[in-house]
Amino acid sequence: MSSIADPVAGTPRSDAATAPDAKAAAASSAPAIALPVAGERELRLDLFRGMALWLIFIDHLPTNILTWFTIRNYGFSDATEIFIFISGYTAAFVYGRAMLEAGFVVATARIMRRVWQIYVAHVFLFTIFLAEISYVATRFENPLYSEEMGIMDFLKQPDVTIVQALLLRFRPVNMDVLPLYIVLMLFLPIVLWLLKWRADVGLALSVLLYALTWHFDWYLTAYPSGFWIFNPFAWQLLFVFGAWCALGGAARMSRILSSPVMLWICIAYLTFAFFVTLTWHIPQLTFLMPKRLEQWMYPITKTDLDVLRFAHFLALAALTVRFLPRSWSGLKSPWLRPLILCGQHSLEIFCLGVFLAFAGHFVLAELGGGAVTHALVSVAGILIMWGVAWVISWYKHSADKGASKTKGTVINADMAGGSA
Amino acid sequence: MRPGSGAVLVLTLLAGLAAAGSARAQDAATPQACDVPPYLLSTESTLPKVAEAVKNARPLTVLVVGSRSSTILASESSAYPAKLQAALKEKLPSIPVNLSVELQTGKTAEEVDPGLVKLVEAKRPTLVIWQTGTVDAMRSVDPDDFRSAIDEGVVALQNAGVDVVLVNLQYSPRTETMISAPPYLDNMRVVAQQHSIPLFDRFAIMRHWNDAGDFDLFSTFHGTDMAKRVHACLGRALSKFVLDAARLDQAQQN
Repeated sequence: MSSIADPVAGTPRSDAATAPDAKAAAASSAPAIALPVAGERELRLDLFRGMALWLIFIDHLPTNILTWFTIRNYGFSDATEIFIFISGYTAAFVYGRAMLEAGFVVATARIMRRVWQIYVAHVFLFTIFLAEISYVATRFENPLYSEEMGIMDFLKQPDVTIVQALLLRFRPVNMDVLPLYIVLMLFLPIVLWLLKWRADVGLALSVLLYALTWHFDWYLTAYPSGFWIFNPFAWQLLFVFGAWCALGGAARMSRILSSPVMLWICIAYLTFAFFVTLTWHIPQLTFLMPKRLEQWMYPITKTDLDVLRFAHFLALAALTVRFLPRSWSGLKSPWLRPLILCGQHSLEIFCLGVFLAFAGHFVLAELGGGAVTHALVSVAGILIMWGVAWVISWYKHSADKGASKTKGTVINADMAGGSA
Repeated sequence: MRPGSGAVLVLTLLAGLAAAGSARAQDAATPQACDVPPYLLSTESTLPKVAEAVKNARPLTVLVVGSRSSTILASESSAYPAKLQAALKEKLPSIPVNLSVELQTGKTAEEVDPGLVKLVEAKRPTLVIWQTGTVDAMRSVDPDDFRSAIDEGVVALQNAGVDVVLVNLQYSPRTETMISAPPYLDNMRVVAQQHSIPLFDRFAIMRHWNDAGDFDLFSTFHGTDMAKRVHACLGRALSKFVLDAARLDQAQQN
């Protein structure tokens, strides 16, 4: 979903070349060009967004061998953090420039169009989810799970459920990210305006909102009960921080980022997080954890973007920026091409990933299957994501060449089928 | 997140997959073994009241408080509480083992709380086994509220002078896309740690059986047969867990 930037990136094509302010060095590169030539796009963003998409997909499937390669097993933060941060970064980069060149109203209008696209994508996914659930509900009657199957009861009152889903209040498991994204994007115009006016004030306000959320326990309620799994009041911090970095913050921080002290702090913290995580997987090690520390640290909430998670992401990001220069030749290597391709079409590929996760569950449920099938489903999913990303970029670069820039989602593109 | 080797890594991985996978599948060849790795059955926390009762040869009274996953509809005698009782009787032949089950169907932890102490007063158990979390997860109760609910419940039980064992959710792969278990599992673990009470990790154990091929928990099997077998295994595992936590394992076993 971070992809927001993507399609948009295609639209205001020309602007890319003129960086908003020369200082946005770090941000810089990313000319939003989506033409085959692909100018100086910031490939690192695409790469990590693509990686986040793959990891999110794998994390959404039942545990299998590939799960051990997802970062959440090695530290506090996971792919969601990467995703939201890059989303904020790219969104600010693209729409920030639009705001500078075309003004607040036009930029807002473009953002709202993007919000609409994400919303439609969400509803589309919900429909697929409904289909899957309805099928499972009628076929599956294992008495072992008679209690758990009660979750299907919502099917008995579709009038309420579907309306609540359209209001983003009813969100099945694994469908929480797009609603978060929609809300974050809705407020992007204000965020951008603030950041343009006084970047640090904007960031400070975001931190303040985060702190107040923690202090007063603010949250959004969900249907039929509960709350939003990703609390937008807390997660906005990461999004705004991404935007702040894109609009020059990253460049201003480069001094700090390259200092050796920073390096060691990051390494120390990541190591610490790694060992803590290790005790989750190897309960025999739990005795090594001081009780005091446990009581202070746990639970590390994902809903409210725990500070420990945020810090973990920052440390990862700092090391990445340090050791992976924008000019790194590996970014052009064909081996990383699939990741970058997926990252360049993130809304489409994200939605596809959610769908494939549903489908994967479904296949596993129907075929049964052991470790091999599980792993194969994951691998097949990733290959499909790559394939579709390739097709989408083919559409953009070849099929639609000359035609007006499409901003369609993969769904549209797919429907359009061979007509092109 | 190590980008450099990303794709290479993935590919190497794929290559290694087949091997690892088939090795795994072979383990699965022996069904119904339902062994549980020792680390899932050991706990640092203890059950002093249970240990004391057994050592003084007093009757052991167990109260299971749970939701619908603590029973099998229409065959309660095959559900894990009954199996637990049988296993305890077998391992503690010298003392009477009483067990009763109080189903709190469809109630969240918070809704169970007020009745806990009354139940204890009525049944006078030595040990309360509290199975919870499923209803909360299905209703996606705020995990913080869930945590404080269990916390209160556990404190109330401890104040009432009984030992407590928490039992968490079932591993239910079919509903994984609909019920988000992790926050509830985490919070139960936290509460158990804070109060030093044993947590029977039903979720991890069942997932282990599924992964090892002992049970295909994805299956759409309709009869109660598999449910009975799973519960028999759960009851046996739970008995080992309780005896281990009471540090009676070596001493009392025949």
